[in-house]
Amino acid sequence: MRFRLILLFALTVPLTLRAQQLPPASTVIEHAGISIPVYEGFEALAPLFAPRGDTTVIVNFWATWCAPCVEELPYFEELTRRRTSEKYLIILVNLDFRKQLSTRLIPFLEKHELQSTVVVLDDPDANAWIDRIDPTWSGAIPATVIFNAARREFREQSFTSEELTTLVTSFTGHAQ
Amino acid sequence: MRTYILAVLMLFAAASATVIAGGYDVGDKATDFKLRNIDGTLVSLADYPTAEGFIVIFTCNHCPYSVAYEDRIIALNDKYANRGYPVIAINPNDPEVQPADSFDAMKERASEKGFTFPYLFDEGQQIYPAYGATRTPHVFVLQKDGKDLRVRYIGAIDNNYGDADAADEHYVEAAVDALLAGRSPDTETTKAIGCSIKYRK
Repeated sequence: MRFRLILLFALTVPLTLRAQQLPPASTVIEHAGISIPVYEGFEALAPLFAPRGDTTVIVNFWATWCAPCVEELPYFEELTRRRTSEKYLIILVNLDFRKQLSTRLIPFLEKHELQSTVVVLDDPDANAWIDRIDPTWSGAIPATVIFNAARREFREQSFTSEELTTLVTSFTGHAQ
Repeated sequence: MRTYILAVLMLFAAASATVIAGGYDVGDKATDFKLRNIDGTLVSLADYPTAEGFIVIFTCNHCPYSVAYEDRIIALNDKYANRGYPVIAINPNDPEVQPADSFDAMKERASEKGFTFPYLFDEGQQIYPAYGATRTPHVFVLQKDGKDLRVRYIGAIDNNYGDADAADEHYVEAAVDALLAGRSPDTETTKAIGCSIKYRK
């Protein structure tokens, strides 16, 4: 059992999102081994939303104070843990208030040991960028966009585990 | 009989579909309501015969964005209530889902902050879907048009939730100023990040 766990670990670690797959961030918060890029202004993060070949990219907008967001995080985590190829990437875009990153976000990440890639978007002028994610987005969170070169879907909703898996599988073509 | 049941079912489906797809666009006629205020009275827009319009704000206690805007909501009412556009705040959330937004908690928060405007509870959650509010805070500026209420602006209060002083677009003020000057608002809709409205699934 221990061997299998180690093997699983060895398989997953090289597949966690490499820094170079994210756009360069102006600030990176480092704390207790956690490294969180902070994007000051949507423009800096915008390249993340460009399709990248066969890879399906799943971007979830959330905040620690958003109860339905926190409720569905385990389903994104489950997808990250089950990820065995580069077929998809999960990125959690955190929208906590900038001044609360050290008092709320970092303790949250320490407590929950999130495996998925977390980045912070700090751009209070949301009217300027919400439509660039999707024109149907009212601005309520949680919200999720999933895309690859062929297709793009946006959901302003909370997912159940099944709903999220079904949606991702409809992009990646087979059960993960 | 079967046809009758089917007809009723179809009507019901149509009605629920209307609620889900409901929501106003700028220019639409808005509904009045009769909702309980924190002082126990029932408040309708019809209770304001001398108002020229209203700044209806769906907001709540628990949402950090709503909290961040509380002082600015008070300032809007201070600035515009006596010019004909009072603020009417409505909590759209189901307290069963978000206990921090209970009627008692609303009273407490309003008293702590010294709200100068009605803070109504959307009991039964009929009004927010009719307006099409999806998040808190979510503003609808209404203007009286004869006997009707016309939606003239939908969206955010300004363009910086985090820092009122750093905001350089004051959307609601600009919209109400335009209406007071007899013009249409230059910006009629905006978006902002907000808390989803809480309801039982």
